[in-house]
Amino acid sequence: MKSVRLLWVPMVLLVVVLAGWWWHAHTTEQSTLIATQDVSAMLKDPAVIAKGRYLATVSDCMSCHTQQGGEPYAGGRVIPTPFGNIPAPNITSDPEHGVGRWSFDDFWRALHSGIGRSGERLYPAFPYTSFTKTTPEDAIAIFAYLQSLPPAAQASEPPGLNFPYNVRSTLNAWRALYFKPGVYKPDPAQSAEWNRGAYLVQGLGHCDECHAQRDALGGLQGNAPLSGGQIPVQDWYAPDLSTQANGGLQGWTQQDIVDLLKTGQSSKGTAFGPMANVVGSSTQYLHDDDLRAIAIYLQSLPARAKLVPVAASFDSKALADHGHDIYVKRCADCHGENGAGLANVYPPLDGNSSVLEPSGINAARAVLLGGFAPLTQGNPRPYSMPPYAQQLSDADVAAVVTYIRQAWSNHAPAVEERDVAAYRHTPID
Amino acid sequence: MLPLALLLGGLAHADAPSVPDTLQQRIAACTTCHGVHGEGAQNGDLFPRLAGKPVAYLTLQLQNFQRGLRKYAPMEYTVRQLSPEYMHEIAEYFAAQQVPYQSSGVPNLAPSVLQRGQQVVTSGDPSRQVPPCQACHGKQLTGTQPSVPGLVGLPYDYISAQLGSWRTGTRGSKAPDCMSEIANRLAPTDITAVAAWLASQSVPADVHPQAANAITPPLRCGVLDSQGGGA
Repeated sequence: MKSVRLLWVPMVLLVVVLAGWWWHAHTTEQSTLIATQDVSAMLKDPAVIAKGRYLATVSDCMSCHTQQGGEPYAGGRVIPTPFGNIPAPNITSDPEHGVGRWSFDDFWRALHSGIGRSGERLYPAFPYTSFTKTTPEDAIAIFAYLQSLPPAAQASEPPGLNFPYNVRSTLNAWRALYFKPGVYKPDPAQSAEWNRGAYLVQGLGHCDECHAQRDALGGLQGNAPLSGGQIPVQDWYAPDLSTQANGGLQGWTQQDIVDLLKTGQSSKGTAFGPMANVVGSSTQYLHDDDLRAIAIYLQSLPARAKLVPVAASFDSKALADHGHDIYVKRCADCHGENGAGLANVYPPLDGNSSVLEPSGINAARAVLLGGFAPLTQGNPRPYSMPPYAQQLSDADVAAVVTYIRQAWSNHAPAVEERDVAAYRHTPID
Repeated sequence: MLPLALLLGGLAHADAPSVPDTLQQRIAACTTCHGVHGEGAQNGDLFPRLAGKPVAYLTLQLQNFQRGLRKYAPMEYTVRQLSPEYMHEIAEYFAAQQVPYQSSGVPNLAPSVLQRGQQVVTSGDPSRQVPPCQACHGKQLTGTQPSVPGLVGLPYDYISAQLGSWRTGTRGSKAPDCMSEIANRLAPTDITAVAAWLASQSVPADVHPQAANAITPPLRCGVLDSQGGGA
């Protein structure tokens, strides 16, 4: 049996090699068309470095390239994927362990084409699939900023991937399926603001890397951009970002989007889980005009198809009734009997995109983990929610989450006890 | 018109929760396990008392959870984004709380075990290069300012779990990490003995930490700014 089951491995490898050959034969490297001497002058320009610092913040490079308690940008944080763990490398100016000896062309090849300094294909845990849209001028600025960082002598760990994903040539096939290199091309039919928003969201912001459903090979092909998806391994649900009919952010105003990205809170909801980190280390620092551009672009995302609610495989009425009792006792003091929350303090649960997302993961994990709203310049002493992991059983969490998902104007599927049991043990990071 | 507007305003807010703008309200995520006044969990186990501990000690623990020197996923998640200023404010809140100690259970152990515990706490064990706990935690074991915590009034389970964590590296502190060194010099049976003797002591009337200059640390400690000898 085992030998039959393993037959897929050589078959996959054959496909991979053929696809890789095809891809090699049919793609050409795009050059930046900026003269080398101009690049070297720009790399030393303080204004370019300052711009690069801002753009590196927009891209949130630091979040992945810094380990808990470690030197900023010195790498070491492990990015878990369904295919194995990928530690983010050191990108400080250290000549041995970082990017100190890199040329701008090396950096451009990584950012734009997903190819490492030794010509190796990079794993798309590094989101070059989005970063490829970055303009050469912006890439130079980011590289100038990285080169200005103090060197940190911390060795980068090799990826710990399972076979066959540890064979880098398998990436040729992946790239043929899922990667289209190319700098962002402005849409002349849209405003400058819209184009700026699209550029930031699709490129440096790399929002689609979480806010879309990945397939079994970790690709994003074939799904509507920003239509929401479960983040593999981390098990949070990144909601659909359409503000139009049936969208995850239906009814969000431009101001709501700007507020959430700037302060971590809006009248419609509060960022938590991985998005709290994104707000804390990236979006809170964005300039107001960039936040507005992002909001304008998100508001142009199309309406979504109405989801046909899946009938529960069991009678969830009793579960929701039990959940109502828990809600009154534990939740209503802050979120209100009517689920409306309290402006700028506690988020509403009625119509909240994270309560209503299809999986129920976010609400269940919020109940289990509690925690503080993002700490931002606009909210330096945030309020917090008690973690209920110690106080509520899996059945109780399923009950209160089911109630919240079906109370007031909410109509989302029930959550079962066994789902909560799984999320209770999901790693936190 | 004005009374009507007030009435309507009143109606609109009838259902809104009333939330005081206090630090205590803001830190519900902390107090749900550690108690509103940092008194610790009622059943005494792994949610330790925070009330009255030195400010710098509490601040440092929050920082250590944030940096991953102390490993406990729910704490790491809760404090991951807090600013140094906010952590200090939270530490000040708990340090200022004065609530009575609760007694907690101690396992039924042979008198010789408790004697051994007392010996390690008050005299140390020179053969294993273990200094007495009192050398840093104070004669009364109520801690010393600014960053050494008290050891009396803590539950048996909590003390033994912490000593175990210092040995396995799930609890750590700034290098040189003297508590990790000491915990590793202890025999495993000493952990039971020390935890049981400490947990069985009655709490002195004055539980304030001793003054900073009351101790001369027997070995170098990062948390004490490396003051102390090289034992």
